[in-house]
Amino acid sequence: MEVIYNILETLLPFDFITYDFMKNALIAIVLLSPLFAILGTMIVNNKMAFFSDALGHSALTGIAIGMLFGISNNIAMIVFAIIFSILLNLVKHKTAYGADTIISVFSSIAIALGLAILAGVGNFNKYSSYLIGDILGISQEEIIYLAIAFVVILLVWIFLFNKIHTISINTSIAKSKGINVLLIDNIFVISIAIIVMLSIKWIGILLINSLLILPAASSRNIAKNMRQYHLFAIIISLVSGIAGILISYYINVPTGPAIVILSGVFYFITFILKDKVKG
Amino acid sequence: MEKSSSCGFHCIKIKDIGVKLGKDEILKNVSIHIHCGELTVIIGRNGAGKSTLLKAILGEIKHTGTIEFFDIKQEKYENLKIGYVPQSINVEKHMPTTVYDFVAAIISNKPIWLKKYKDVYEKIKEHLKIFQADSLIDKSIGDLSGGELQRVLLSVATIDNPNLLILDEPVSGIDRNGIKEFFNLVDVLKKEYDMAIILVSHDFNLVKKFADKVVLLDKTIIKQGTPDEIFSSKEYKERFED
Repeated sequence: MEVIYNILETLLPFDFITYDFMKNALIAIVLLSPLFAILGTMIVNNKMAFFSDALGHSALTGIAIGMLFGISNNIAMIVFAIIFSILLNLVKHKTAYGADTIISVFSSIAIALGLAILAGVGNFNKYSSYLIGDILGISQEEIIYLAIAFVVILLVWIFLFNKIHTISINTSIAKSKGINVLLIDNIFVISIAIIVMLSIKWIGILLINSLLILPAASSRNIAKNMRQYHLFAIIISLVSGIAGILISYYINVPTGPAIVILSGVFYFITFILKDKVKG
Repeated sequence: MEKSSSCGFHCIKIKDIGVKLGKDEILKNVSIHIHCGELTVIIGRNGAGKSTLLKAILGEIKHTGTIEFFDIKQEKYENLKIGYVPQSINVEKHMPTTVYDFVAAIISNKPIWLKKYKDVYEKIKEHLKIFQADSLIDKSIGDLSGGELQRVLLSVATIDNPNLLILDEPVSGIDRNGIKEFFNLVDVLKKEYDMAIILVSHDFNLVKKFADKVVLLDKTIIKQGTPDEIFSSKEYKERFED
């Protein structure tokens, strides 16, 4: 860790970098942004924006259940989110129509249950910070978790992306080519669940979904193939992430909102460019 | 894809297929024999169970009965490899998936989002040529015309030399010329590549011209035989000419 800190201080000769919490925040965002971007490409392709939103909401239940049973928040949230995502995925596969209604049912129950338990135990205020998030509160230990998630999800994307892509175009074609659709889909949603839960404490339940959707949706406006789709999404995600942290340092805006506002600006710029690029 | 002269030594036996959805019996006692180099067309009214039958053969839904692939020359059963052309796919205008991306993701394990692989690109282009679709390789699949998309889907379905090709009403949304062109391509696949093909179609004029065998389906097989036999039968007339 010290080595990375030293490198950062040499590379970035600004006063903000002398604070450890800023170094941690920068490292975290550099690890997180590309993951948000690449997972986002297929969330947008599969029209799963609502799905990942529901997943974010389930974090609240995860925290609450963790508290009830005295398990650490991180583990409780991740385990709950994985179960929740697999359940949602099964429901999605079983019903051809009205999936959004069922996802909404799951999502509301998850929030209500989380709020009810937390309020009941009288601890809600302590956890309300999860709604907004605080990226400057990242610890070194959490960065190590992030680094592991980074490697795992990157490997999933290298080895399974082709299959995830084929499923997104047509599940019957995927099945006829021997792809285990349910398994691959589950791995995909579990990856989303893990990354959402690992970052929710810093980004906040309210905004986490925008980080998955906005960079990919912006990139989709102007990308002509899968390589561009990924590259532009990663660049937009990284630039908004890093710039968001700096803005929040200098003008005292919470980091999550700063990042999302920047991504939103990217979305509208690419939306305007859309016809010029692809027309 | 390898060209081969008609061998007639492969046989796909669809035996006694039945599908139930809850209490409803959607299909029962469906048995069809299909040979390589033969075009079998399934016709029937809406709700007759055509798409359900295809899904059962593809193994996508629970069914009773069996599907066997038999090599007559070597006298043994083999694994059946199926190529499938669906009715429609999930596409949007300008989407960032090119024809290359779509096909490469299916035939190659190298991650398509990292870089473009020259060897894969050339292989795909070569195969697309059979369907006069090689010029489409860098186009977005969302920007193809109905006919162009069908040709791409046909090349995807055939790229790994399947034993059986299943085409689900692939001609909807294409103009008259497109439909004819499509049937011509299917005919080439049948004759030059010796494929066994099952097609669901509503275009009876073209079915008369191209099909080797027609199956009239209405929850079960009402009648099967040559196009002439089916289209002159009273069972066909009862269902389509009133």
